[in-house]
Amino acid sequence: MLLLSLAWQSLRNRRVTTLLTVFSIALSVALLLGVEALRVSARESFSSTISGTDLIVGARGGGLQLLLYTVFRMGTATNNVKYESFEEWSKHPAVAWTIPYSLGDSHRGFRVVGTNENFYKQYRFRKTRKPEFVTGRAPAEFNEAALGSDVAEKLGYKVGTKVTLTHGIGAAGIMDHDDKPFTVVGILDKTSTPIDRSIYITLEGMSAIHVGWQGGAPPEPGEEVPAAKLKKEDLKPEAITAFLLRAKSRIDTLRIQRDVNNYLPEPLMAIIPGVAMGELWSTVKYAEIALEIVGGFVVLVGLLGMLVAIYTTLNERRREMAILRALGAGPIKILALFLIESLMLAASGCALGVGLMYAGIAALQGVVEKQFGLYLRWQGFQPEHGVYLGLVLCAAVLIGLVPAWRAYRNTLADGLSVRV
Amino acid sequence: MSQPTLPSSITLDSVEFAYGPKLPTVIDMPSFELGAGESCFLYGPSGCGKTTLLGLIAGVLQARRGTVKVLGEDLSSMSGSKRDAWRGSKIGYIFQMFNLIPYLNVRDNILLPTRLHSSRKPEALERIAASLGIEGLLDRGVLELSVGQQQRVAAARALIGAPPLVIADEPTSALDAAHRERFLELLLGQCKEAGAALLFVSHDQSLAPMFHKQLSLPELNRAARVELV
Repeated sequence: MLLLSLAWQSLRNRRVTTLLTVFSIALSVALLLGVEALRVSARESFSSTISGTDLIVGARGGGLQLLLYTVFRMGTATNNVKYESFEEWSKHPAVAWTIPYSLGDSHRGFRVVGTNENFYKQYRFRKTRKPEFVTGRAPAEFNEAALGSDVAEKLGYKVGTKVTLTHGIGAAGIMDHDDKPFTVVGILDKTSTPIDRSIYITLEGMSAIHVGWQGGAPPEPGEEVPAAKLKKEDLKPEAITAFLLRAKSRIDTLRIQRDVNNYLPEPLMAIIPGVAMGELWSTVKYAEIALEIVGGFVVLVGLLGMLVAIYTTLNERRREMAILRALGAGPIKILALFLIESLMLAASGCALGVGLMYAGIAALQGVVEKQFGLYLRWQGFQPEHGVYLGLVLCAAVLIGLVPAWRAYRNTLADGLSVRV
Repeated sequence: MSQPTLPSSITLDSVEFAYGPKLPTVIDMPSFELGAGESCFLYGPSGCGKTTLLGLIAGVLQARRGTVKVLGEDLSSMSGSKRDAWRGSKIGYIFQMFNLIPYLNVRDNILLPTRLHSSRKPEALERIAASLGIEGLLDRGVLELSVGQQQRVAAARALIGAPPLVIADEPTSALDAAHRERFLELLLGQCKEAGAALLFVSHDQSLAPMFHKQLSLPELNRAARVELV
């Protein structure tokens, strides 16, 4: 108890150094925990890009590729799914809903997604959130389009703007669907997911712009079908790229997956998004580890600051040690006194660091979400955070042993004489 | 003044000490004796092994040869930690200067021995402070005090809890003549009242007449005489 109060009062006496030391440890601890929160948030943000979908179904090929072009709007599909197959699976008794995706066109670098009303009703991300309109409504006609928030923001489009789509995902130019412009009828709210970076049209719209196209090539000049002459049956989709599927009961998921994979009319494959996302995430494991290592070193630097702060006081405190010695404090008590000081610095550093981390996340949450589309949040105290803080304290004791041991040696050598 | 019923406070018998096996002998004292409750002036100019001798008596250092008996205990037979505890509870120690822990106030400085050792009781604080004239300073920070006041606080700390032996290592060298005598009177008076033996080391021989006994370290310590030659 006495040692505690001595250590406390000694630290208080050196207020400025103490505060600076505690602050530097706090910053490093806040950074360590912050990096951890960032890491978990990134993973969470990533894996909650899509929720509520049990299976993603596309033409047979690479599972990862299917995930990339459906959920992340990256890469391209090599094969399509027949519309009849989609309809058949949509009506399957064990299936709750399906969301079709028809991909392959773009507008000034943004992907175009042909889908139906289920997308606005059933699609979920971050567990329970769904796409909402800030203005306007979902496209209903073949010449209507809705914009993701990034698209609207970057291109400055509003409801009523005419949009010309481009075939393929290259730059605008040669293969424009300029005969059939779309009208923006709605703009979606920001979701911080790939939803923001796409343009949404109806499946009929997707068919309309491709009427007369053969084998991916535009109609010969003179053979184009003007929008006014489109017949209803022209608009019926022939194929889609992929579809999302939700089973009525999650228990059926594996069975449906197997059935899709064995579907006879055409070669299809179904993937479970969570599993595929996990595989994808594991490829960035190295980045996670690197972040953790950097965090660890930051803490080490903070603790070395403490070592310097205590070590530099050793000489001026030799008299204090001699006095304590004369009063009957043994060298072990002197050692303990210094260790307690290190521990106090580290413990207050940890406590302040946790506070700083909370404050930092609260302060940065909005900016980070806006700028990077990452929903940064502290996931609450997990056992591993306790382990981290425990490790920081252990490291503090180990590092604190350096000046403590030196003080111990000094007291043994000095005895009651004081060399200042 | 010595009370023959009590054992002597300090008995040194053919004590030799060196700081290392190959280093020169610093202390070589055939005998030294201080009775219980006795006050002794030990004349010790610098370089005659004064601090070393006090270290031996306080049990911080251990003699290479001979016996050091203090307050009835043979120090060579005690373990280091036991000697530390023993010193803290039985000996009041006053340094030449800078006696106080800078981050504790006057009261906490004085009470420090009582908090380290339960055998030293804090009750006499007010009385000792009053008799040393520092009762008004108890809640002050020690850095606000004059050197004279600091030394009186150090004396109060040495006396609190009535240790049977007080060792003062040139406590008056930083004081001017007037304060020096006043301080010494207070210290002697308090030791007498508490029945504590006082070993007072100084190079200022003008103070010697105030003590029961006057000794000269260069005469007692053969190692010092060799060095002086």
